[in-house]
Amino acid sequence: MMADPSLSLEDVVDGLYRTESRRVLATLIRLLGDFDVAEEALHDAFVVAMERWPAEGIPANPVAWLVSTGRFKAIDRQRRQMNLHARREELARAITDESSVQPLWNDDEDIVDDRLRLIFTCCHPALSADAQIALTLRTVGSLTTEEIAHAFLLPAPTLAQRIVRAKNKIRDARIPYEIPSQRELPARLDAVLAVLYLIFNEGYSASSGTTLTRADLCAEAIRLGRLVVELIPEPEAEGLLALMLLHDSRRAARVSADGELLVLDEQDRALWNRDQIKEGAQRAERAIRSGRFGPYTLQAAIAAVHAEAAHPDDTDWRQIAGLYGVLLRARASPVVELNRAVAIAMCEGAEHGLVLIDELFARGELEHYQLAHSARADLLRRLDRRQEALAAYAVALALTSQDAQRRYIERRMLEVRQRL
Amino acid sequence: MNYLCLIYDDETRWNRMTEAESGKEYGEYGTFTESIQSSGHYVGGNPLQPTNTATTVRVRNGTVSTTDGPFAETKEQLGGYYLIEARDLNDAIQVAARIPAARNGSVEVRPIQSMG
Repeated sequence: MMADPSLSLEDVVDGLYRTESRRVLATLIRLLGDFDVAEEALHDAFVVAMERWPAEGIPANPVAWLVSTGRFKAIDRQRRQMNLHARREELARAITDESSVQPLWNDDEDIVDDRLRLIFTCCHPALSADAQIALTLRTVGSLTTEEIAHAFLLPAPTLAQRIVRAKNKIRDARIPYEIPSQRELPARLDAVLAVLYLIFNEGYSASSGTTLTRADLCAEAIRLGRLVVELIPEPEAEGLLALMLLHDSRRAARVSADGELLVLDEQDRALWNRDQIKEGAQRAERAIRSGRFGPYTLQAAIAAVHAEAAHPDDTDWRQIAGLYGVLLRARASPVVELNRAVAIAMCEGAEHGLVLIDELFARGELEHYQLAHSARADLLRRLDRRQEALAAYAVALALTSQDAQRRYIERRMLEVRQRL
Repeated sequence: MNYLCLIYDDETRWNRMTEAESGKEYGEYGTFTESIQSSGHYVGGNPLQPTNTATTVRVRNGTVSTTDGPFAETKEQLGGYYLIEARDLNDAIQVAARIPAARNGSVEVRPIQSMG
């Protein structure tokens, strides 16, 4: 890459910044023990690179060079500020203590570990969920504060403030920069996966925001998911990555030409991303075969069954109903029960699904859940119980606040009325 | 680094206990305190008398006012504390999770701000 004569030095540095700056930052945070000091050091290192590399040439290991340069710049800056900020002596000691930082950046393993440490710090349960998301996207991910704010529909200063508070808590409460012990790992990995899935869902839900930044969030969640799988090959991490890949594979088909949200059986399956489906299905299968899977893997397996049907009628609903049954045992929830009821309606007949949904309502579950009423209405429509279907659609309509969902229900109601 | 572990619990729970039950819980506190003394985490700690012994003091415009009771009436009350020395927050969380009240009430872990 370095030898390519067609690339200007500026292109090379730009490329390095894009691909390696988060790694360099992760290692600098470990070495310097402070997020802000590390970010300044990262910036300094790239400035020095632009000054020196034209004359000295690009170093053999640019990442190591950037880490080393950033660290010395931080020490230098610290020394100059020492008199003004005596209370930061502890930090100065930490970064000038050679013995505590050897060996460092020539070891690729260490650099990999640094990114993992950083993810666990950013997703520490002592930080609020909002702070975990913002800090992960800003520090481990490659989005700017402005981009994150835009994606979450927040003013940039609000988001910046959130990140500052999180960094302060990490410093003041001394949240460690470490990979959790084997005993804590399962719970802490769950927290990391939850943050990634929240980021993904924020990008995937078409409720608000511009399409562009929303897609960025999905791409970023998938990129971070790949990183976690690469660093911790746990089946549930792979299951989550599979789930995100499979959902995201339908992105282009989810919205019609005139902006309507399309449900699964209305989508043009030619628009589904086959490569992503293949990868997602393979990963889901590998996670299932491990026997140590959880809810993300099961949801990915369900998504894979849908994705593998060339036509809605080819869907293997019996397998889907079975997977929902396993998911129910892993994590009981009325929404999962509803999904299982719909799958059973598809393979055993609408009346069987209807019984299950009515049981849910009888238990007082999901009474205010729009999708439950809408699913019930769909089953009544299929059973040709038109008046009841219309009544159920009306309840669903009253419960929905999303325009796309409202239009979907109104479309269905019109169909039923035309048959009355 | 020092952390203060503030122990919040429903103090009426203690009134409802039989002597054997409260004796058992006191015993658990004794065992816990000994264990963090030998691990080097222990700096200090005390149980507090119930909130009906509390007095809240304010000075406004130079005038001292005292009122009966705690600063805020809540479902769980501050019932005691440990001051611990821990490597970092994860270490402090591990210690706090072993305080008996963490099972019924809650433990707030606060880093001590070093002065100067």
